[in-house]
Amino acid sequence: MNVFKDAGHLFRMAAVFVVGCLAFVGMRAFLVPKSFGQYGHYRGDAITEIAARPVNYAGHQACEDCHADVLEKKKSGKHVHVNCEACHGPLAKHADDPGSVKPAKLDTAVLCVRCHEANIAKPKGFPQVASADHSSGLPCDTCHQPHSPAIVAEGTTGGTK
Amino acid sequence: MSITRRHMLLLLPAAAVAWKHVLAGTPGASPNYKMSEHWWSMLIDLPKCIGCGNCVRACQSENDVPDGYFRTWVERYHVTDYDIENPHVDSPGGGKMGFPPAKEEGGKNFFVPKLCNHCADSPCTQVCPVGATFIGPDGVVLVDPKYCLGCRYCVQACPYGCRFINPKSNTAEKCTLCYHRITKGLTTACCESCPTGARQLADLKNPNDPIHEFLKTHSVQILKPSMATHAKVFYNGLDGSVR
Repeated sequence: MNVFKDAGHLFRMAAVFVVGCLAFVGMRAFLVPKSFGQYGHYRGDAITEIAARPVNYAGHQACEDCHADVLEKKKSGKHVHVNCEACHGPLAKHADDPGSVKPAKLDTAVLCVRCHEANIAKPKGFPQVASADHSSGLPCDTCHQPHSPAIVAEGTTGGTK
Repeated sequence: MSITRRHMLLLLPAAAVAWKHVLAGTPGASPNYKMSEHWWSMLIDLPKCIGCGNCVRACQSENDVPDGYFRTWVERYHVTDYDIENPHVDSPGGGKMGFPPAKEEGGKNFFVPKLCNHCADSPCTQVCPVGATFIGPDGVVLVDPKYCLGCRYCVQACPYGCRFINPKSNTAEKCTLCYHRITKGLTTACCESCPTGARQLADLKNPNDPIHEFLKTHSVQILKPSMATHAKVFYNGLDGSVR
C-alpha cells in the first residue's frame, strides 16, 4: 500500500470537505421553508398568508341581501350602478354584525361634490356643477335624494332619469 | 413483471415531478378557489374616469397603505397644442381627495388611474435576489413580506413606478389586486368603490368574462408596450401622451 503512504493529509482534507457538505445540506433542509419551490422560486405559503387578510369592503352583494328596499329605490335612478360602499364607505364590520356596528350618517355636502364638482378633466357627458353657485350652500339632499337623485315634481311618480 | 433496482432509480425523477403536481393542486386561500383556473387582469375605461379618488381611498383603507404612499393613484393630464411629448401631469395626494380646478384652461384634459400592471413578464420579479416577489399561478404579482429584504431593486426595476418601501415594515409593497378579496369571489376594493365602472376586474381565463367581448370591440392599449412587460392592465381610450 505504497500509494497511500504519506497521504494522511489528503484524507483529513477530504473528511473536512465531507463534513462541510453534510453541514450545508443539513442547514439547507432546516432553513429553507417547506413550501419554497412549491409553485416556483418563492415560498408557496406566502400566497395563502396574503389571501388570509380580512376584507374591509363587504361588497354590494352583502348589502343587497338585507337592503332590498334601497336596491328598489336605486333601480329607478341614475345611481343604479353605483355600489353602496362607493358612498357609504367600507362596511364589512357592519355586514358581519349589523346589530352593533351602525354606519355613520353621511354628509351630502361633502360626499356629492367628490364626484359632481365641475372639473375641466372630467368627461363632458358627466353631470357636473359648481357647487357654490348651484345650491347656494344648501346641502344636496334638500332637493336630491342620493339613491335616486332626479328631482321629482310633487304629485308625480316620475324619477326615471 | 419485477422492478429491478435500476428501474426503480429511473422512476424516481418522474415520481418527483408527479408529487410536485399533487402539491400544486392544494387549495390556496378559500376552499373553492383554484389558482390554475384564473388569470387576473384589470380593465380601465378612461372615458368613464371622473377623478373622484374613490379608488385611492378604498385601496388605502382596504390594504392599510401608509399615508403618502399609494398602491393605486390617479393622474390628471393636461396636453396643450397637441404636444403629446410634453404633457403636464399632476396628482395632488395621489388624487385621493379629488382634484382642484385646473390652473390653465383649454387643451386636452383627462384622468388616468394607475396601479400595478401585474405584468406577465414582470421586471420586478426578475430582479428580486431572494424570491420574495413572484408571479402567482393565477397571474397576480405578489410580495412575500417575510422574505423581502427591502433592498429596493424591484422599486427601481418597475417601469410604472408602482412599488414603494413601507416605512413601518421596511419591505417592498404594491397592489396585490386585492388578492384576499378576489380569492373569496369579491372584486377589488377599487372596483367595488368606483362609481362609474371605470375600473373592472377581469379574469382572462374565464370564457364568460365580459372582458373578452370588450377587448375584441375596443381599441385597448397597455402602458409602455415597448418594455415587453406584457402588462395585464388594459386601458381603453388611452391618449398617446400618457407615460
